Amino acid sequence: MTKDDALFQFLLRMGDNTLILGHRVSEWCGHSPVLEEDIALANTALDMIGQTQLWLGLAGEVEGNGRSADDLAFLRDAWDFRNVLLTELPNGDFGQTLMRQFLFDAFQSVMLNWLQDSSNTRIAEIAEKASKEVSYHLERSGDTVIGLGDGTEESHAKMQAALDYLWPYVGEMFDGDAVDAVLAKEGIAPDPAELRPEFDAIVGAVLAEATLTVPDSPFVHKGGRDGRMHTEHLGHLLTQMQWLQRAYPGATW
Amino acid sequence: MYAQMVKTAGTGVKSRAEMSAEEARFQDRIDDDQKIEPKDWMPEDYRATLIRQIGQHAHSEIVGQLPEGNWITRAPTLERKAILLAKVQDEAGHGLYLYSAAETLGVSRDELTEMLLDGRMKYSSIFNYPTLNWADIGAVGWLVDGAAIMNQVPLQRTSYGPYSRAMIRICKEESFHQRQGYDIMMKMAQGTDAQKKMAQDALNRFWYPSLMMFGPSDKDSVHSAQSMAWKIKINTNDELRQKFVDQTVPQAEYLGLTVPDEGLCWNAEKGGYDFSQPDWSEFFAVLKGGGPCNRERMNDRIKAWEDGAWVRDGLLAHGRKKQAAKHAAE
Ligand SMILES: [Fe+2]
Ligand SMILES: [Fe+2]
Ligand SMILES: [Fe+2]
Repeated sequence: MTKDDALFQFLLRMGDNTLILGHRVSEWCGHSPVLEEDIALANTALDMIGQTQLWLGLAGEVEGNGRSADDLAFLRDAWDFRNVLLTELPNGDFGQTLMRQFLFDAFQSVMLNWLQDSSNTRIAEIAEKASKEVSYHLERSGDTVIGLGDGTEESHAKMQAALDYLWPYVGEMFDGDAVDAVLAKEGIAPDPAELRPEFDAIVGAVLAEATLTVPDSPFVHKGGRDGRMHTEHLGHLLTQMQWLQRAYPGATW
Repeated sequence: MYAQMVKTAGTGVKSRAEMSAEEARFQDRIDDDQKIEPKDWMPEDYRATLIRQIGQHAHSEIVGQLPEGNWITRAPTLERKAILLAKVQDEAGHGLYLYSAAETLGVSRDELTEMLLDGRMKYSSIFNYPTLNWADIGAVGWLVDGAAIMNQVPLQRTSYGPYSRAMIRICKEESFHQRQGYDIMMKMAQGTDAQKKMAQDALNRFWYPSLMMFGPSDKDSVHSAQSMAWKIKINTNDELRQKFVDQTVPQAEYLGLTVPDEGLCWNAEKGGYDFSQPDWSEFFAVLKGGGPCNRERMNDRIKAWEDGAWVRDGLLAHGRKKQAAKHAAE
C-alpha cells in the first residue's frame, strides 16, 4: 500500500464518520424532547457536515481523480464507505442517540487532539478547527449522558439499555490495520489502539457519574472502517441521502 | 402571517371617554411610540392578545421546522444540507426567543406548548402544506420566509418591548433565509428541464398558500383596529399582501417562472399588481384542521412531546439531585 493510498483511506474514514453520523443526527430535526435539544442536535449535525466537507474535500485531492467531496458523499456505494459501524446505527430513542454521540465524541476528541500534531499540515489544520467544535459536542453529550443516567429510574434504565446495545460497537474505533500502520510510521495519524487509554478515562469518568455500568462482554462488531461488512442500515441511509444525485445525474443544485 | 387571524381580546377600540385613567395613560405612551415593558401596567386585553399573537408566532417557527426538515436527509449537496440545517436551527432559535418574549407576559413555554398540542392555539396555515420536491425548499425560503419578513419588519416597531426586540433579531436571519431560498430557485430555474419543472411545480403549489399567510381582508375589522391602535399590528392584511405580490412577481419573472394567476396584471394607476385572491374557503378549512398535513404535523409534535417526557423528567430529576447535594455540602 502506498502512502497516498493509505492517506486516502484514512481521510475517507474521517469524512465518512462525520458524514454518516451527521446525517443520522439530522434526522432528529423538529422531533426532539425539548426545543434546546432541537437546536443543539441541528448544530451538532451542522458541524459534522462542515467537517465532512473538509475531510472528503482533502480525500478527493489526495486521490487525484477529480472527485469532489460531493462526488464522494453522493456517488459511492456502501462498500466504499469507511465509517465505523457505530455511526450508521439507527437513532433509536433520544437516549440511544445521545449515548452514541457521546461515545463517538469521546473517540473523536482524542483522535483530533492527536491529529493536531500530525506531520501532514493539512490534516493538522482541519483537526484544529474541528477539535474546537468537538470539545463542545463532548461536553454537551457527556452532560446529557450524566443527566439521564443519574436522572429517574426510567431514564437510568433507558441509558443503560443504550450503553448495552452500543458498547459492542466501540472496539472497532480502536482496531488498527495496515492503513494505520503506514500512516503511524510517517507521523500522519495514530495507531488507534494508542488512543484507547485516554478514551477509557473520559468515558469511565462520565459513566461513573452517570451511574452506568460498562457491559462485561468482549464481543466487538467490526467491518465499517475497512468496508468489509457494513450493517444493513447503511444502504437505506444512502438510498435517501443520495437519491437526488442518483436520480438526476449531472444536475447542479 | 406566522401570527394569523389572531383574535384581538376586548370589544374594539375604546374612545378616550370610555377609557379609565390608566388606560388613557397607557394609550398615550403607545401613541408617543414608547415601548411597553413587562413590569409596566397594561390592559388585560392587550396582554391576552399579545400572548395569543406571540404564542402563535412561536408555534409557527416550531412547526415550521417540519416541512423543511422533511428534506434535510435528502439535500442534494453537502453545502445545501449545511445551509438547510442552519436555517432550521435558526427557526428553532426564533421559537425560543418568542417563547421567552411570551413568558414575560406571564405564561410559560410548557403552558403554550400544551395549548398548541390540544388545539387551543394555532400555527400558521402555511405549514400544513407538504414539501414534495427539492425546489419546495427554495420556494419556502423565497415565498414563506419572504411573506414572514413583510409582516415582521414593521413589527420591529411594535409597542411591546420584548416582542419588538425579538423581531429585530429574527428579521436579520429571515432575510438570509429568503436569499438562500431564492438562490435555490435560481439554480433550479437555470438547471435541467427536470429542475425547471420542479421549480414551476413548487411555485404553483406555494403561491396561493403564501398569499393566505397574510390572512383574509381585515380592513373593516374592529379587532384589527384595536390591535393597530395598540401597535401590535402595524399594517392591514391587504396592504401587506399587496406589497408581497409587488415584490415577488418581478422576482418570479426574473427566474423565468409563471405565477399561477391568469388575473395577474400591472395596474399603473395604483402602482401595483392586480391579482386573484386565494380560495378563502380552503384557508378556513386548513385552519380548522382540513389541510393536507394538519394531522401529520400535529402528530409529529405530539409524538416528540410524549416520547420526550422521560428525557425532560430525567434531566429535571438530575438537576434536583445536584441541587440537593450542593445544599448538603454547604
Ligand atoms: Fe423564523
Ligand atoms: Fe420561517
Ligand atoms: Fe426563516
